Amino acid sequence: MTEELLVVKNLKKYYPITGGVLGGEIGVVKAVDDVSFTVKRGETLGLVGESGCGKSTTGRSLLRLIEPTAGEVYFDGVNVSALSIEEMRKMRRDMQIVFQDPFASLNPRHNIEKILEEPLIVHGMGSSAERKKRVQEMLEVVGLSSYHARRYPHQFSGGQRQRIGIARALMLNPKLIVADEPVSALDVSIQSQVLNLMQDLQRDLGLTYLFIAHDLSVVRHISDRVGVMYLGRIVELTSSAQLYSNPLHPYTKALLSAVPTPDPDAARERVILQGDVPSPANPPSGCTFHTRCPHVTDECRTTRPLFQDVGDGHFVACHLYKS
Amino acid sequence: MSHPVLQIENLQTHFFTDRGQIPAVDGVTITVNKGEVVGIVGESGCGKSVTSLSVMKLVPNPPGKIVGGSIRFKGEDLVAADEKRMREIRGNEIAMIFQEPMTSLNPVFTIGDQIGEAVRLHTKASKKESKQRAIEMLKKVGIPRAEAIVDEYPHQLSGGMRQRVMIAMAMACDPELLIADEPTTALDVTIQAQILDLMRQCNRESDTAILLITHDLGVVAEMCHRVVVMYAGNVIEEGDVRTILKNPQHPYTVGLLQSLPKLDQSQERLYSIPGNVPIPGSLTVGCRFAPRCDKVTDRCRQEMPELKAVGENHRSRCWIAE
Repeated sequence: MTEELLVVKNLKKYYPITGGVLGGEIGVVKAVDDVSFTVKRGETLGLVGESGCGKSTTGRSLLRLIEPTAGEVYFDGVNVSALSIEEMRKMRRDMQIVFQDPFASLNPRHNIEKILEEPLIVHGMGSSAERKKRVQEMLEVVGLSSYHARRYPHQFSGGQRQRIGIARALMLNPKLIVADEPVSALDVSIQSQVLNLMQDLQRDLGLTYLFIAHDLSVVRHISDRVGVMYLGRIVELTSSAQLYSNPLHPYTKALLSAVPTPDPDAARERVILQGDVPSPANPPSGCTFHTRCPHVTDECRTTRPLFQDVGDGHFVACHLYKS
Repeated sequence: MSHPVLQIENLQTHFFTDRGQIPAVDGVTITVNKGEVVGIVGESGCGKSVTSLSVMKLVPNPPGKIVGGSIRFKGEDLVAADEKRMREIRGNEIAMIFQEPMTSLNPVFTIGDQIGEAVRLHTKASKKESKQRAIEMLKKVGIPRAEAIVDEYPHQLSGGMRQRVMIAMAMACDPELLIADEPTTALDVTIQAQILDLMRQCNRESDTAILLITHDLGVVAEMCHRVVVMYAGNVIEEGDVRTILKNPQHPYTVGLLQSLPKLDQSQERLYSIPGNVPIPGSLTVGCRFAPRCDKVTDRCRQEMPELKAVGENHRSRCWIAE
């Protein structure tokens, strides 16, 4: 058994842009452009970034819910990118996903029992009675009651629905859970309940999380290590404490300084970035952040910086930090 | 100093539905002074948006109706004002910006037409003058290539740019009060920082009072002078921003602040307020927060506390305060 549960190497996902008279390919959107990282057993790796940076596409490509264009994903030593569809389906028993919108990800016509039982039926596990028992158990685990099994999704609040989404992901006893913005649709007081639940489950069941979110304080709270994405690439990856106390990449610095804190005395050194995120269909040359970077040099405009370790597993892709 | 622009007193906005009368806003009192930024914070369903829509008289009727209380804008009672008068006020003296700029801009008119429309309706400006005004406003909100953008359509702009256009439109007639309902919720943090900066600039330069509705206490800390915390249709605490964030008195405000993950320190476990926000109208006796409160007493379950002073410019609706 290796220390790493998940190893991602040079993952790419390009979407073709079609157009012209013949509907041919006239360009590509580089949603995920050469992303590499590892997730250790039992840890939580956070992925943060703004909308359109490719964090969700990365999460879904790992499970091959979206077929990646190139790159390799090793899960528990197995190269999942080479598996057949049937083998991949079996593999997903160990890798599950929790979606952002608890309103859209539960079938409104099915009751909770049916929703939770489905993964077991798909994977042909247990008898009907065993499956029902497992549903009851899992509802208790996520803090709901067994009588909730007969109800339908519309009868639950947002927080409760997200608990159901988590329960569904846990039905098969997975090793890895990809959590794609699991708390961003929830109110603050409900958000903390769900975050606490996820931490408890991780401790009790030995889960590994890939936690995707745009909220930096949430990611800091739950993650052991954090990767920051910008325009389809990871620009910085390090331990959660290190990232927040000693951010290196200019984008990470700007992102951290932009988060409003509820402390009226907090010293604010704000870096307000100019302009918007460029279109991934036509990304800037060299370092994709050079159009908004306050420390831009000529080299940044032409050469793409390497994603390299600058010490103690602190990875950064920036020309300012060269060994 | 305290020269009130907006005085909401004991406002009650109820919805009449098949399931009965739902008191979405149930006795809310808020004052906004000239040049002041007042924040309304609370979770979904606490009545903060309905309060702001009531001021503009934009609550869909039926099913919604203002059943009690008064809203005074510079002394004039808006509850009694007719639709003709409200149309004069909206967009001219009180302007509003919404959360989702794409749904509040008309996709088939150019940016210039839409900003110009507000100008033409409220002043005697000609088409040419209103377009000039639109360009001027776009420049003011920091939109590059304003002369070109004025002839473009909303779908050609990014989310942050659309919200700038909304602010340009709202500020085009120099309103005395700007109501901003979750203006940055749909935006990324770096864009949010730009928009908040712009709103602060509007407040400072034009002395426009802002009523900012948000669920984000961080945004409140950055923007507001005073804060009103709402829960289940009531104001449960109000005071200046320092007092509320540093020395909150109501258990709900305390819990809300504690349940936020902090960026500058790591915590083992987050505090969480147990339970869920009550369904509006489901609680009729006692304090609305009683079922979730960790300091609850028998009195809380039977009697609704009043909003009482607990310090200078600081009021809380809780029996503990006594």
